[in-house]
Order: sequence, then C-alpha cells, then structure tokens
Amino acid sequence: MEPVIRFRGAVALVGRFPALAGVDLDVGRGEIVLLQGPNGAGKTTLLRTCAGLLPVVSGEAVVLGHDLRRERRGVRAHVGLLGHASGLYGDLTVEENLRFWTRAAHLELSTVDEALATMGLDGRLRSVTVNRLSAGQRRRTSFACLLARRPELWLLDEPHAGLDNDARDLVDTVIRDAAAAGATVLVASHELERAVSLAERVVVVSGGMVTSDSLRAGDPGPLAQQPEAHGVS
Amino acid sequence: MFRDAALVAAKDLRLEARSRVAFNQIAPLALVILLLFAFALDPARGVLARAAPGLFWVAVLLCALFAVQRAFAIESGDGRSDALRLSGLDPAGIFLGKVAAIALELAALEVLLGLGVAVLYDASFGGWVLLVATGASATAAIAAAGTLYGVLAAGLRVRETLLPLLLLPVLAPVLIGSTRAFEAAFSGVPADGWPWLGLLTLFALVYLVAGALAFGSLLEDM
Amino acid sequence: MTTATNETTPAATGAPRGTGSTTTRVLGLTALVGVGVLVGLGLFWSPPEEVQGDLARIMYVHVPSASLAYLSCFVTAAGSVMYLWKRSEWWDTLAYASAEIGALFMAFACITGSIWARPTWGTFWVWDDARLVTSAMLLLLLLGYLALRKVPGDPDVRAKRSAWLGVLLPINVVLVRQSVEWWRTLHQKATLQPLGGGAKIEDLMLFSLFVGFVVLTLVWVWLLIHRFRLAWLERRVEERELSVAIDERRAEARVSGSGAARFGSAIGPGGGP
Repeated sequence: MEPVIRFRGAVALVGRFPALAGVDLDVGRGEIVLLQGPNGAGKTTLLRTCAGLLPVVSGEAVVLGHDLRRERRGVRAHVGLLGHASGLYGDLTVEENLRFWTRAAHLELSTVDEALATMGLDGRLRSVTVNRLSAGQRRRTSFACLLARRPELWLLDEPHAGLDNDARDLVDTVIRDAAAAGATVLVASHELERAVSLAERVVVVSGGMVTSDSLRAGDPGPLAQQPEAHGVS
Repeated sequence: MFRDAALVAAKDLRLEARSRVAFNQIAPLALVILLLFAFALDPARGVLARAAPGLFWVAVLLCALFAVQRAFAIESGDGRSDALRLSGLDPAGIFLGKVAAIALELAALEVLLGLGVAVLYDASFGGWVLLVATGASATAAIAAAGTLYGVLAAGLRVRETLLPLLLLPVLAPVLIGSTRAFEAAFSGVPADGWPWLGLLTLFALVYLVAGALAFGSLLEDM
Repeated sequence: MTTATNETTPAATGAPRGTGSTTTRVLGLTALVGVGVLVGLGLFWSPPEEVQGDLARIMYVHVPSASLAYLSCFVTAAGSVMYLWKRSEWWDTLAYASAEIGALFMAFACITGSIWARPTWGTFWVWDDARLVTSAMLLLLLLGYLALRKVPGDPDVRAKRSAWLGVLLPINVVLVRQSVEWWRTLHQKATLQPLGGGAKIEDLMLFSLFVGFVVLTLVWVWLLIHRFRLAWLERRVEERELSVAIDERRAEARVSGSGAARFGSAIGPGGGP
C-alpha cells in the first residue's frame, strides 16, 4: 500500500536554516506516530514540512501522494495542522471561527456542530469571541477546527500543552477514534507517558534527522534508519 | 473563486466591524488630514476649494495605506497566515475578497471625506454620475493595487515603510486621474472627465488580474 | 600562458575569483577609449548648437543614459518574467543587476537634465513635460524595487517577490506616462519643447550623439556584466553558508546523546517561525 508519508533524505529550510537535514521516514495509513526529541531538533519543522508549508530542497518527500518537491500546495487541503499558535481570529467567536475555516475547506457546515460538541464547546463558549477565551479553551477551539475539517493526516504539535487532565483525555480519545477511522496521526509531544500510551511507534528526531525509529516495546527493531546513507546535493 | 472571495470579504468586514479600528482610528485620521491641509494652505484665498479634489484623493490614498496594512495585520500572528495557506481557499479568491473588503471600507471613508470637504473646504459638488463612477473605479484601483503591494510587503520586518514606498508611486496615475475627473465634475464639464474614468478602470482591471495571478505565489511567504 | 589558464580555470568550474574576464577587460578598455572620444567630440570637435549654444552638448550623454535606463527597466521586466517561468537564478540576477544599473542611469539622466534645464528653461524642473515626470516616476519605482531587493531574507522568497514587482514595472511606466501626458495636454499645450526638439542638428552633432549612444551602451553592458557577476558571487557565498549549516545541523544529530543543553543554543524551529 502507498505510504501516507515517504521521506528519503529530505532537506527542508526554515529561511536559510536547514531545520530538516536529511530525514528518512515512512508512515502508513492509520498509524499513530510519536515524534520525540529535544527542543530545536526539527519536530515542528517535520510537521510543517508534511503540511506542505516548507520548501523541500533536496531528497524525496511524498505526502498523501503529493510530491512536495514539485508541488507542495496540493497536499494542504488534506492535512490538519495543530501548531503552537491557534490560527484563530481573536475578534470572531468560537463558532464563527469554525464556520469560516470549515467553509474555507469547502465542507458542509454540519461538521461544525459535531466538532463543537466533541470538544465540549457547544454551550456558552460557542458565542464567545476567541480573545476572551483561556489558553486551554483556545486550544480546544483550534482542535475543533481541525476536527471539523476532517483531514486525512493529522499533524499535532504538543496537542496536550495547556490543557487540563480531562481535556487531555478527550484529545487522546479523539486521536484514537480518528486513527481507528483511517486517519494517520503524527504527534510531537513532551508528555511522555501520555503520548507513549497513545502511539504504537516512537520516532526520535535530533539535529534535523531521524535518529531512532522503534515500536513501543523499546527495541530499535528493523525500522531503525541509517541517517548517514543519504547525501545532500 | 468568487464564493471564496465572498467568504473572505465577509470575514474581513466582520472583523473590522468588531475591532472598529477603521471606524475609531482611520476615519478620524482622515479628518485630521483634511484639517492639516487647511492649515497648510491659506483657506482665505479659495485655494482649498480649488484644490479640494486633489486633497480629497491624497487623503484617501493615505488612509488606503492604513487600510491595506490592517488587512494584512489581521492575517498575521498566532498562526493565522499558516491557517490561511492550509485553508483550501483559492488564492485568487482571497485576493478578490481582500480587495472587496478594502474597497468597501474606503468607499465608506470617501463618503465621510466628501462631507468633510464640502463643509470644511466649501467645495461645491456637481456631475454626480461622473463623481460616483470615478469614485467606484478609483476605489477599486486603489484597493486592487494596495492588496497586491500589501502582500508583497507583508511578513517583512520593514513592511510599514516599504509599503508606502512601493505603493504610492504606483498609485500616481490614480491620483492624477481621479483628481482631474473630480475637477471636471465639480466645474460642470463632465466631458473632460470621461477619458480619466477609462484610465482608472483600465488601471483597476490590470491590477485585479495581476493580483489574482500573483497572489497565490506571494501568499506562500506572507 | 600559465597565468592565463590559472585565470580561466576557476571561471570554467563556476567559481570565479573576481568579476573580471578577458571579455570584460576588452569591453572596459573599449568603453574607456570611447569615453575619451566622446569627451573630445562632445566638448571640443562638435559645433555649438545654434539656439542653445554649448548647453546642447549635455544631450550627448543625457539622451543615451535616459534611453538606457528605460532599456534597463524592460530588461528587468523580461528577467522577472523569465524567472517566474523558469525559476532560474540567472534571470533573477539579471533583473536585479539591470534594475540597479537602470536606477544609476536614470538618476544621471535626471541630474544632467536638470543641469540643462536650469539655464535653458530657468528652472531645474517643470511639470509640463510628460517625459520628465515619467522618468522621475521610473526612478522612484526602481528605487522601490531595489529597496525590496535589499530586505534580508531567503533568496528564493526575495527573488519571487522582486520578480512580481519587476513584471509590474513597465505596466506602471505605461500607466504613469499615459496619465501624465493627458494631465498636461488636456489642460494646456506643452509650452516647452523637449530636449533638442525643433533645433537644427548638424551632422557632426548627430554623429556625436550616435557616439554617445554607442559609448554609453558599452558602459552599460560593462557595468551590467560586472554587477551580474557580483550578485552571482554573493549568492555563491550564501550557498556555501547553507551547505556548512547543513553539515553543522547533521553534526548535532551525532552528538545528540550528550544532553539537551546544547540544543538550547541552536536556532531551532521548535519555538520559532
């Protein structure tokens, strides 16, 4: 089966900085993959590259059948990226934000109510402007936006950050349900215990490369990559 | 494309209605500019009434700079530019939506400025057909060029200074054209104004097409 | 002979050490001799003009430099179109080099024009002549283009933004020219003849003007080639920095076991853009 993500020696730039310096990675449909690594290792860049936001200047990078080196805009409508920032308009209400981003994706508005209900935003919060939300509520709104857009590939950057325990459980449940329904999920997280229980596969990123790739059991296994093998030119 | 444009325009106008930056800051600023012209030019000698069309459009241009900056400020920060790129919206649609929102804001401002010019400068209006047609064309031209140059400068650290440098020389034909057309309308010889209306319309069309073509590529780096 | 091969080898491998080459040296010398001839022709051998006298001599450099500035504008636009089509650095660099030389020639044309206008028209500047105003506007547009080029950042992003601006250059020039022309002619007849117009031009003067065109074109080409090569070398330096950065980034991966503290200093994207 065609993998959802296929990277071979992929080099991606943030400005002039090669934040990905030759990544090898294969992810299949329905997988939940945990990205780990120290700050500045390239986790966020890897997620943003998968979303088609950053130019891949060398190597091979195919996401959902779209070759990112040739054309990186095509993949965007099919991914959901939850970054550090909210991506919301502060002067619009929670519901208006969801409606705008859902209609922008050319989807039926019926998914909006569903997403609001799932994230517990269907009560009073629905008609509160985002500026007046707490950080956790804002995070839930961003997550609801992602949910309403029904992406095939979920790219979650620290999805648990700023959430209370109930909300974290909720996020985990939503992620599992999505993967069970056929979505592919990449999660970058420092919440080790929580994230490890969520993901069956752990990929360690460091210095802009994948340095270890293992199943949850902890053994390096046959999935481990040799980062030196691919050159940059 | 037009569906996306309507969506973006409605969103921008709603944001503007909520934040009231245009209403609370740009509109009063326009009146301040009108007053400054009066201080700079001696009102007693009728200079103001004669120069009213030009001063009116200079004030519109200055306010347009702020409107364009605003239109891109609301898309920057807190991951919104990423969200816009990932949204699935047609870039040409985003461009046209932003143009429409800016144009409507400017149109409201022009009505206010028109009243200001009539009251403060003692200018007499006439030739309404030409006046309205010129206003519509020039506003579309300013909004289209402004949005295109706005996205060119957006995301750069020097955007506040770069945008006027890039945009104002480009808008010189609009200033000349709209001023002459207004002068023709004011002085009761609208026939002189129609060629200018053609130039303004041509300008607007050129920039609408150029912007719709270029916006997708420029949005990548906003 | 050995020195000659030493000089050409780096150029052949795409890494020249300077911006000069045999061709540009010959071109530069020819241009220099040409400037000498032009000075002789323009200042001494050609007769003074009947009406304007010695003042008209400035046109031997003014007219060619203004024309070459417009040519630069169109070379920049062509380079920009080609860049957007081919995405090749060569066209981007050409557009950049041409815009800078164009701004230089246009500034020179405006200054020489003003110097000529002061004694002739009694003022440095008039608004009646569409050519004057259009030229000044083109200079401003070129300065805006160069300002965008000088903003630091990713070269590809800069190239793309500049290319769109470059494509719009001639469109803007045409629109400005049209509006300025109507602006004056619809209100009053142009009271002043453009430079050189209406005056009788003798053969030697015409020849001097022709030489002026040839010589300034040589200078223009010479400057353009050098500016192009300089910009090209600047890009090579940037690229070398990039490959060093990739190596450094990979080195981080190898030492990643030695603690997270060292990553704190890396300009990572983790908390960044």
